[in-house]
Amino acid sequence: MYEKDGEKYFVVDSHMHYWNAAPDNWVPGAEQYAKGWIECFHAYQGLGPAETHWPIEKFQKYSEEDLMRDVFADGYVDVAVFQPTYLKEWYREGFNTTERNAALGEKHPGKFIANTRWDPREGDEGLKALKANVERYGSKGVKLYTAEWRDGSRGWTLRDPEAYRYLEACQELGIVNIHVHKGPTIWPLDKDAFDVSDVDHAATDFPDLNFIVEHVGLPRIEDFCFMATQEPNVYAGLSVVIGGLMHARPKFFAKVMGELLFWVGEDKMTFGSDYGIWEPKWQVEGFVDWDYPSDEFSDYPRITTATKKKILGLNAARLYGIDVPAECRLEGGQGVPAQREAAQLVEP
Amino acid sequence: MTGTTVVPGRERVEAPAAGRADVLAALETVRDPELDEPITALGFVTACTVSPAGDVRVRLRLPTYFCAPNFAFLMVADAYDAVSATAGVRGTEVVLEDHFAAEAINGGVAARAGFARSFAGLAEGELHDLRADFLRKAVLAGTDRVCRPLVDAGATPARLAELTLGEVPAGRDLDRLRRRRAELGLPAGDGDPLLIEPSTGVPVGAGAVPLHLRRARVTRVGADANTGICRGMLRHRYADTGLGEEEP
Repeated sequence: MYEKDGEKYFVVDSHMHYWNAAPDNWVPGAEQYAKGWIECFHAYQGLGPAETHWPIEKFQKYSEEDLMRDVFADGYVDVAVFQPTYLKEWYREGFNTTERNAALGEKHPGKFIANTRWDPREGDEGLKALKANVERYGSKGVKLYTAEWRDGSRGWTLRDPEAYRYLEACQELGIVNIHVHKGPTIWPLDKDAFDVSDVDHAATDFPDLNFIVEHVGLPRIEDFCFMATQEPNVYAGLSVVIGGLMHARPKFFAKVMGELLFWVGEDKMTFGSDYGIWEPKWQVEGFVDWDYPSDEFSDYPRITTATKKKILGLNAARLYGIDVPAECRLEGGQGVPAQREAAQLVEP
Repeated sequence: MTGTTVVPGRERVEAPAAGRADVLAALETVRDPELDEPITALGFVTACTVSPAGDVRVRLRLPTYFCAPNFAFLMVADAYDAVSATAGVRGTEVVLEDHFAAEAINGGVAARAGFARSFAGLAEGELHDLRADFLRKAVLAGTDRVCRPLVDAGATPARLAELTLGEVPAGRDLDRLRRRRAELGLPAGDGDPLLIEPSTGVPVGAGAVPLHLRRARVTRVGADANTGICRGMLRHRYADTGLGEEEP
């Protein structure tokens, strides 16, 4: 929990990691990719405040103690959601697997939610593994990478029949939150990995699932915004948005926030620190203090204390069924969601 | 930095060899298709040498090792084409450095292989559709750049819907918008409407103007934010400034 000026903010970090990208985990022959990947992540950390930068050695493999201190003791986070990324072609034991995350989570009851993942190209075997992970770790969410290459296949889309089998399985298994990586990407060649139209289809056909578009489709937030206005079960995952822009590009951050508040609305935006790329402490503190920097932004929706409470934790708590202490709840309803009609009524 | 030294006794070639300034000017016309900014201004060009005989060597860099190879390929290929087309250039070599797919991209461009052949078995088609998709975004973002001052000065949706390109005050933003429209084959003449739907070229009616401008603005915000991230990553990765690099 974070407290400022008498207000209490319940913080859910809905997108974070516990990875091992040190040389001891590199796949022989793929060292250049394993090294390039983590250096690329490390460059993202460079967009945060200088005093929060880590040396590459720590960044490759931070410890359990680092994580517990940075996220919970110093970072104000009440509950953190692990989002796995496998990349087993480059990292022997995977970059940040369900197993690795859950093993840490089991040592700290109540602190973590261990999401799992699936890939429709893994067919029946993948469905079995998904079921086993849900039974073992109680996962209620998954992280999906549609642009990931695999055995000559150049990615997949959520509208593929095979993907629908997995989405149906999610419903049967009790998974409710589908986090989809649509943003800065690794492997797309002729595919456009930021294309969010497949989320549109799946969200319409699976109204009981929530689709959280991580990184809000950057650099194509416009496509994401149009889609999100039409689908009540599509959410904006703010990972990269706060960490990558709030400090480094404050003016653009203000504009991106303004657009998201206008098109998507404060009830459908969720905070994610992207730890270990960025520590949550400065993100939470900065976001609670944040407001539009000037009158230039006067035609964007206002941001209130209630808005920040929702984005930092209450929205994700609702998605994951996390019990929020009474002192951190909002009184008097949830505010007004953005509506598509609003766009048509607003004067330029 | 250039290799334009005079070699005593060397025979004079018929046409004068290209100067380095000519080649840099050619590179300025090459854009990152996703960000719609020149690769020079973005800091992606690190070296450019021209031999006395007109052989050009260009070195490029990108913000990360894993920048999307489709866009990287387009920039290397476009740089190759722009330099090759410069008067007085005899030979062209463009080398992308520090990128996971550099070998395939550099080799493919040098062999004029096209994208699909450069990534044999990995890429389905050429990149025209992707480029056009981002050009349409550039038109929308450019529409915001041109219209924002007009709206601030009091232009109503009805007025914007009837304005032609020739009636808008001249400037760099307008020139840029017209060039992008022309590239897409969209109407870009003085008498053509300021506001058109970039996917069809159909004029935007007064009633649809407010939403159209909202779309234009969010498209520009997305591109600008992404450019900001890319610039920040490049600065983290490299301490030195690129040739022709400009801070916005």
